[in-house]
Order: sequence, then C-alpha cells, then structure tokens
Amino acid sequence: MIFRPDHKFTHGAETSKMQIEGLNVHIAGQHILKEVNLIIPDKRITCVIGPSGCGKSTLLRSMNRLIDSVEGAHIEGKILIGEVNLIDSGEHLTELRRRIGLVSQKPCPLPMSIFENVAYGCQIHGIRNRRKLKMVVRHYLEAVGLWDEVCERLNAPATSLSLGQQQRLCLARSLAVEPQFILADEATSALDPIASRNVEELFVKLKNDYSIIMVTHTLRQARRIADYVVFMYLGELVEAGLASEVFDNPQHELTKKYLSGAFS
Amino acid sequence: MKSLCIFKDRAAGGVMFFLTIASILVVGAMAVGLVVKSMPLLESRPLSELLFSSEWKPLRGEFGFFPFLAGTLWVTGIAIVLALPVSLLTAIYLVEYARRRVKSYVFPMLDILAGLPSVIYGVWGVLLIVPLAGYTLLTGGIVLGVMILPLLVSLLVEIFSAVPSSLRDASASLGATQWQSIKKVVLRKTSPGILAAVVLAISRALGETIAVLMVCGNLPEVPHSMMEAGYPLPALIANNYGEMLSLPLYEAALMFAALILFVVILLFNVTSRVILYRVEKKFAL
Repeated sequence: MIFRPDHKFTHGAETSKMQIEGLNVHIAGQHILKEVNLIIPDKRITCVIGPSGCGKSTLLRSMNRLIDSVEGAHIEGKILIGEVNLIDSGEHLTELRRRIGLVSQKPCPLPMSIFENVAYGCQIHGIRNRRKLKMVVRHYLEAVGLWDEVCERLNAPATSLSLGQQQRLCLARSLAVEPQFILADEATSALDPIASRNVEELFVKLKNDYSIIMVTHTLRQARRIADYVVFMYLGELVEAGLASEVFDNPQHELTKKYLSGAFS
Repeated sequence: MKSLCIFKDRAAGGVMFFLTIASILVVGAMAVGLVVKSMPLLESRPLSELLFSSEWKPLRGEFGFFPFLAGTLWVTGIAIVLALPVSLLTAIYLVEYARRRVKSYVFPMLDILAGLPSVIYGVWGVLLIVPLAGYTLLTGGIVLGVMILPLLVSLLVEIFSAVPSSLRDASASLGATQWQSIKKVVLRKTSPGILAAVVLAISRALGETIAVLMVCGNLPEVPHSMMEAGYPLPALIANNYGEMLSLPLYEAALMFAALILFVVILLFNVTSRVILYRVEKKFAL
C-alpha cells in the first residue's frame, strides 16, 4: 500500500471502477469507435491490444476526454466513474481528469525543473505550501524509484534526465495529483529494454493502488503484466476478459488469429 | 564523367560560400562607409556631446542627436508596449482556441496586413489617429504598433504551433484548465521564441521611416511625454538627405544619424541573442 503523505484531494465516491456503455466516437465523419461496452476493473492492469488503427489510442483518449482537442471529434455514450458520466461532466471535467492520470508513449516532461514537474499538478490545484510540496515531490519520486537518482539535482531541467528517467518522472507527476486511474499509451515503447522493464515493474507495483489501463503493441508485455485483456479490431471491441482466459483460450476467431501472429 | 560531377559539386559549394560571404561583406561595407562619412563630425566634437546634447542647430554648427535618439526610443517603446499584449492574446486565441474555419479567414488577412507598404499605414495614421492624438509620439507609436502587429502575430502563431500537443495533453491530464496550461506550459516553453519575435519586431520598428515621418510632427526637441511631437532618427535622415548639403558638416551629421541607428539595432540584436542563449541553456527549453 502506497503511503499518501496526506490527503490533499477529496474524492467524491472512492470508486476506481470505470464503466463504458455504448461508446461511439466519430472523427471528421469517420466512425472510429463502434458501440464499445467495457468495464475497467478496480486495481488491476487492463491491457488493450489490437492491430494499428483499431482504435486503442482513441479509446484511451476518450477515457480522459483528451479526444476533445481533436478537431472534428464527436463522442457519445457513457463513461461512468461512480455515478458521474465523464461525457457530459461539464465543468467537472478538469476535476475528473485529475482522477485519471496519463503516461504517454514518448516521455513528455514539462518545460520546467524536475521538482516543478512533480509539484505542477498540486500547484494548479491550489497547493502553495512549500513544505507540503517538498514532501509530495519526495514521496512520489520515491514511489517511482527516482528519488535516489535525482535528489541532488531537483532544480535541474527535467529534460536533462535520460528517457527512462523522464518516463518515471512523468509517472510521478501523474501520481502526485492522486488519481485513481492511470492511462498508459504504449508507455514503454520509446524506452530501451532495461528502462522499459523498470517501468513495467513499476506498473505491477502500482496496481495495488490504482486501476491501470494500458495500450500496448507488444503481446509479450501484455502476457507478462495484464490481469485483464481487451482485444479491439477496426473500432470494435472483439473480446475482453481475464488475461489467462483470453490468451489461453480465445473465443473469437479474430482474437485467435491476432494472438497467433496472423496479422499485426 | 565522375570527375566532372565532383568538380560541379565543389564549384557549387564554393559559389554558395562566396555569395554568403558577399552578403555579410555588404553589411560590413555599410558600417565602414557610415563611419568614414561621419568622420568629419566625429573628429570635430566629442562623442558624448554628439549623443547627449539636445541642441540641434545645423546652421550654427550645433549637432546634438539626443532628441532624435529619444524620439526613436519613445516611438518604438510605445509601439511594442501596445502591440505585444494584443498580438500575444491574438496568437494564443488563433492557435489554442480558434476553429479551423476562423484560421482560414484570419491568416490570409494577416499576410495582407503584413505586406501593406508602410506609407499606407502613414496615411491611415494621418487620417484617423492624428485628429485624435495630434502629431505626437503617441500617434507614431500607435501607427507603428499597428504596423508590427501582423508581423508579431504571424511569428507568434508559428511559435505556439510548434509546441507539441503532447505537452498540452500532459498538463490537461493533470486537471489543468486550458488557460492554466497555456500560462504555465505553453508560454514557458515558448518564452525564448517570444523574445526572439519581439526582437525582430523591435528591429523593424526602430528602422521604420515613412509611417513615423508622416505622423510624429518632426520637431527636433527632446520630448518629455508621449503627447509631444518627436523626431525619430530614420525620419531625420529621410527628410533632410539631399537638402542643405552645402552646410558644413551637415552630410556627416546625417551619416552619423544613420550610424547611430545601425549601432542601436546591432547592439540590440546582439544583447538579445546573448539573453536568448542564456535563457535556453538555463531552462533547457
């Protein structure tokens, strides 16, 4: 159990289950996601797999409504977190987004120091107390195993870190606003094998406290860490279930073909 | 056959190198020419008197350039103070908020505005601003500000568009509002670029001649407020070169005016480059 330095945010309903019902996404007239129904289980790693262009990333970007910034995107259906529907959340969107962390494909440190990167989220939510911020920064840098590597140079620009370190910093930054979900979009694909393994192990550790949804291109990675697997094809959810069941005994013909490497 | 290709390759490199050097040499030649031509004046009076004396009476042989220097700085300062906030907000709106349709109308118009000859801005100033603010530095500043506005906006739009959307996404995913992301991430990331754009706009404003000449009143006295008339350096040169050159030292004085302008712009560019380099290095932007 990760210790939380102190509860900075009040969560409405403390539920970490996400329920997606009848989700449709159109972008510039194209039907990208078709009637997706899905339950993201609490405190597990759910891997979304499927060939390129199947809508994995769109699904992920719908879950925190970053899809809105795509011009011509239209989203309908329900994404329920507790009782709240993310899709017509109105002014609560920013608060909901805080509860859904994001780790992108390429590490994306903000143009500021290592310290400020982690403190940024707390600062925009109104925490100014320097001592508190220091505690939060240290805590989450420790949580991602970065503290010992950077404690001497917290004021150095975040871009001075290696890619693997940057990715862990981004994870710490997400964790610092105390989300319940973590969305990871091929979060290890830009990293070298060792850094990639580090991040992967981190996710496994973090699933005790967070519900993690991970898009991945590497089936082997999904096999290693997934508790649940969602297979998508051409914008449709083909099969979803326990990782062991989907991998060992896929029900759908397409899933079988994909897992056997017939297409990718 | 092969040797011919290699010869052509080398020749192309050589020619391009020569042309590059030549264009730099032209600037050097200008500087040397200005120094040589203003030498008679420089030899007859100390530099400090020329730069800081306010007495401009060519008929009596008194050449103080301070009124013109002050006029130039006033007009440029007013222009950038007026144009920068407007252009920043406009560019932010266009890049971060505007729909594609709005952009497709606004961008071509900005290009047209940026391409208008300055005499048109001058006429517009005489017709519209002079009746309100008179022939003053303020009028000059407003006209100049409006003139550099399209330049600044298109530069800033380029700069803001170059910020990867992943940065905005990262900020938004932490629960930041769009305005917070812009203030704390986009503006911070682009601060060196904004500085560079401002430098370019100021350089343009410093040298602008026709528009300010038409609206500033051209009074060779040190201005004490922006509601007074002024006489920027470029206007002085353009107004007087070719006339009264029989006056002793007058031609040298005008050349010296050009030299001051040259040095001001040079100094300004060099300092801003140094600052830019330091900022970029410090924040690793």
